[in-house]
Formats: sequence, structure tokens, C-alpha cells
Amino acid sequence: MQSYEFGLYVFMLAAFLGFELVKRVSPLLHTPLMSLSNAISAIAVVGAILITSEKDATTLTRVLGFIAVVCASLNVVAGYLITDRMLRMFRKREPEKK
Amino acid sequence: MIENVLPAIYLLASAGFILAVKWMSHPATARRGVIIGEIGMLLAVIGTLLQPEVAEYRWVLVGIAIGSAIGAPLAYLMPMTAVPQLIALSHAFGALASALIGTAEFYKGVIPLGFPMGALVLETLLGFLTTTASIIAFAKLQELMPTRPLTFKGQNVVSLSMLTAAVVIGGWMVAAPAPVWAFPVFVGLALLFGIMLVMPIGGADMPTVIALLNSYAGVAAAAMGFVLNNRLLIIAGALNGSAGLILSIIMCKAMNRSFTNVLFGAFGQLTAAVAGTTAQRPVRSATPDEAASILDSARTVIVIPGYGMAVAQAQHKIRELYDALTKRGIEVKFAIHPVAGRMPGHMNVLLAEADIPYDKLLEMDEINGDFPNTDVALVIGANDVVNPLARTDKTSPIYGTPILDADRARTVMVIKRSMSPGFAGIDNELYYMNNTLMLFGDAKNFVAGIVKELAGSH
Repeated sequence: MQSYEFGLYVFMLAAFLGFELVKRVSPLLHTPLMSLSNAISAIAVVGAILITSEKDATTLTRVLGFIAVVCASLNVVAGYLITDRMLRMFRKREPEKK
Repeated sequence: MIENVLPAIYLLASAGFILAVKWMSHPATARRGVIIGEIGMLLAVIGTLLQPEVAEYRWVLVGIAIGSAIGAPLAYLMPMTAVPQLIALSHAFGALASALIGTAEFYKGVIPLGFPMGALVLETLLGFLTTTASIIAFAKLQELMPTRPLTFKGQNVVSLSMLTAAVVIGGWMVAAPAPVWAFPVFVGLALLFGIMLVMPIGGADMPTVIALLNSYAGVAAAAMGFVLNNRLLIIAGALNGSAGLILSIIMCKAMNRSFTNVLFGAFGQLTAAVAGTTAQRPVRSATPDEAASILDSARTVIVIPGYGMAVAQAQHKIRELYDALTKRGIEVKFAIHPVAGRMPGHMNVLLAEADIPYDKLLEMDEINGDFPNTDVALVIGANDVVNPLARTDKTSPIYGTPILDADRARTVMVIKRSMSPGFAGIDNELYYMNNTLMLFGDAKNFVAGIVKELAGSH
């Protein structure tokens, strides 16, 4: 039980950190931020890899895990690329600003 | 040796995600934020592949290759206007991954009852409902289905009983070994509830919903962290869960709406009652050359872009208009409503794509005081965000929503395809005012027409 308790503390601290960090985001960056957090939620890929790669996995868990790996890595790649694509447009203009 | 390195890799990956969110909060460091986020994700994947229990690489690598091969073209080929629905779609996949992992863990049958099973139930419930909810959000934004709220009598009762049933079955699975049918029924209820959650929500509220779904996916990932006893998942999931939640709260505030209102479709039902009351009323319309001459004699112009600009891809033509007017010494500014378009910042991204200078894009609070001293307010494809009813009509469903005071400008010109109402489904008083000119047409073509007239008159 102790490991769950520890996990809950980690969860709580990270959640408060998220609140504090995002509270200050300028509205200009809301959409890129949403897309970044979309990419981060693809961290599920870690779980997908662990399930799929088990030595004595049954066919069912292997298949489910494999689909999960495909979905999660699609989410990772699409999430980061969209964010990057959006931000590149912001940067192009920065020299003009100065 | 490797056992000592692995926790360090995960620790660095966690730090990467935290820095990514932190750096994302400022335009100057945002790019750095994405890069550190990518590094974090790469470390997470490498750290996982190096785990001693990872025995079968083949399927994992094939899966990653397939996922990347679909994800990359998706992100690059979709037009920038489609970003909101693209995020929704990408989201559906991420949530599905969480849900399937939960399912696989369940059928392995090694998860103890009590807390671990509770985390698994939460992960699976949120995963599946976020999947279908995101797909519906995608379909609405892509206009594959009607964007207006779809409601029926007793909808809230039906949705809530579905959720209750899912929670009861989930609770049963946590407390005691449940019969074989319990898990599939639980999954079915979660999938259906996801659909019911988004169906009654209008397209205008979709950004809030996507941010909220983002939050659910984060919590699902954190729950998975508890099931697998993986702290990296807990940290990334919690970060994401709270980031999504606060983003949707910020957006709700911008629209002066409450969460419960958005989620239970009260908006949609009110709208239906109001929409029927407006008969045909006279409006004044103008042609591109008339619009051009009005703009030519103005000293100050405020452009108010909306979703119509995004649909028509008019941003580059607007840049040309901006150049033409600025060259004549006319001061041109852009008024950006926090929820213009389909996502906060949607207009900023598009205008940035067309290279319109940063400091000309002003937010609602900064610019609203300028309208009474403005010669022309040019509304391009925006509707509900400039509806004066929000200030004056207490019975209007959008009453109290902060709007851009375009009606206070000396002349208002509205480029619009037709008189049809916007996403809120209500008529716009602005169009019937004496100082308003309606410019009917596609935003891109009409602006091009004005630019041509301006060039010709010189």
C-alpha cells in the first residue's frame, strides 16, 4: 500500500504544478499548449510498450497492446508535429517585432 | 548497472515534460518547450525499451513505425484551419491506447482487487469515453455531422443513468470478482456515455470540450501509472490532467459560461426557442468598390476576424488589405476575441501564418475602448463574438458573454456568406443597425475584391 500512497503524493504535487504553470500561459499560446498537452498525454505509449513486449503475453494482450502502441505513437508524432508547425509560424515573425 | 540508469532516464523524462509546459507559457521560449517535450518523450520510450522485462521488441517497433507513418502525414497535410479537429482526432487515438492497455491488463487477470483495480477501472472508463467523445468532437468540427447541439427529451437523465450504471459495475469489479459479462458491459457503457457527452454540445463550445477531454486523457494516463506502478506516467498524466482542466476553465471564463452549462446542453435548448422569433428584416448591403471607398476614407480601421476567415482561408488576402491600407497611412488593428474561431489563439495562428505583425493583434480588453474612436470596424466571418444582444438582451442565451464592441464604431462592415446565424444559432442585432453594411460573399473573394479596388483607385 505504501507505494500507492507515495504515488498519490506524486500525483498531487504534479497536478498542482500543472495548475501553476498553465495559469500564466498567454492566450496567444492556448492552442499550441492544448496540442502540446495532447502530445504529452500520449505518454500512454510507455504502458503500451510494456504490455506488448511481455515474454509470456497471451494473443489477446499482445493484439490489444499492439493496437495501443500504434495509436499512442500516432498521438505522439501527430501531437508534437502539430505543435511544432504552429509555433514555427509564431517564430517567423519575431525579428520584425524587435 | 542498467537498473541504476533506468530511474534516472525516467526522472529526466519527467523533468522534460515539466519544462515543456513551463516554457510553453511564453512565446519566446515556446519552441524550446516543444523540443524539450520531444526529448522527454524520446527518453520515456528509450527508458521503457531498456526495461529488463521488455522481451519482445518486434511488435513494439512495428507498432511505433506504423503509428508514426500515419501520424506524420496527418500532422503535415491537414490545413492549419483544421488544427482543432486534428487535435481532437489525435486525442481519440491516445485515449484509445490508454483504454486498450487497461483492457489488456484486466484480461491478464493479475490486478488485485481494491486500489489497483480501482485505478484500472478509472483508466478504462476515462479512456473509452474520451475516445468516442473525441471522435464526435472531430466529426462536429470537421462538419461530418451537424454542429448544432443534438438533444432529445430526457437526455440528461439517460446520460447520467449510463454513467451511474458504469460506475456501479466498476465499483463491483473493484470490490469483488465480477462475472464475465461485467467488463464488456462496462466498456460499452463508457463508449456510449462518451457519445452522449458531446452530442448535445454545440460547435462553439467544442474548444472547451477538447481541453476537458485532454484533462481526462491525462487522468487516464496517471491511473495507468498507478496500475503499472510507474511514476513517470503519474507525473505526466497529472500535469496533463490539471493543465487541461485549467485551460477549459480559462476558456469558459472567456465565454462567461459555467462548466455545467456547457456540459449539459442548456444552451442548445434555449437557443431553439429564440431562433424562431426573428422574421426577415431589412439590411443594407454594399459591393466591394463601395467597401473599398469607405475604407479608403477612414483613418482608423479595426478588423475582427472569426471562423469564417479560417474557413475561407482569407488570411493572406487580409494581409494584402492590411498592406494596402497601411500604405495609405490608415491605422489598421486586429481585435481578437478569446473564443474567435474554434479554439483560443486560432485567429492568432492564422494571422501569424499570413505574417501580420504581432503587435497589431489586440485582445478584447485592450481594444474594446478604442471602438468609439474607430471609423470602420470590419468584421470578417465573425458572428456571435460581436453580437450586441450579449450586452442588452437579458433573455438571449448569450447574455453576459463578453463581446467585442464593434457596434460602437462609426461604420460597421460585415463580410458574411449569408444571413444565417452563427454557432450559437441566434440572430445578430449588429446586422440590422443603421451604420452597418453587409458585404455578402466568401471572405477571401470579397477581401480580394476590395484589395483590387484599392489598387485600381490609385
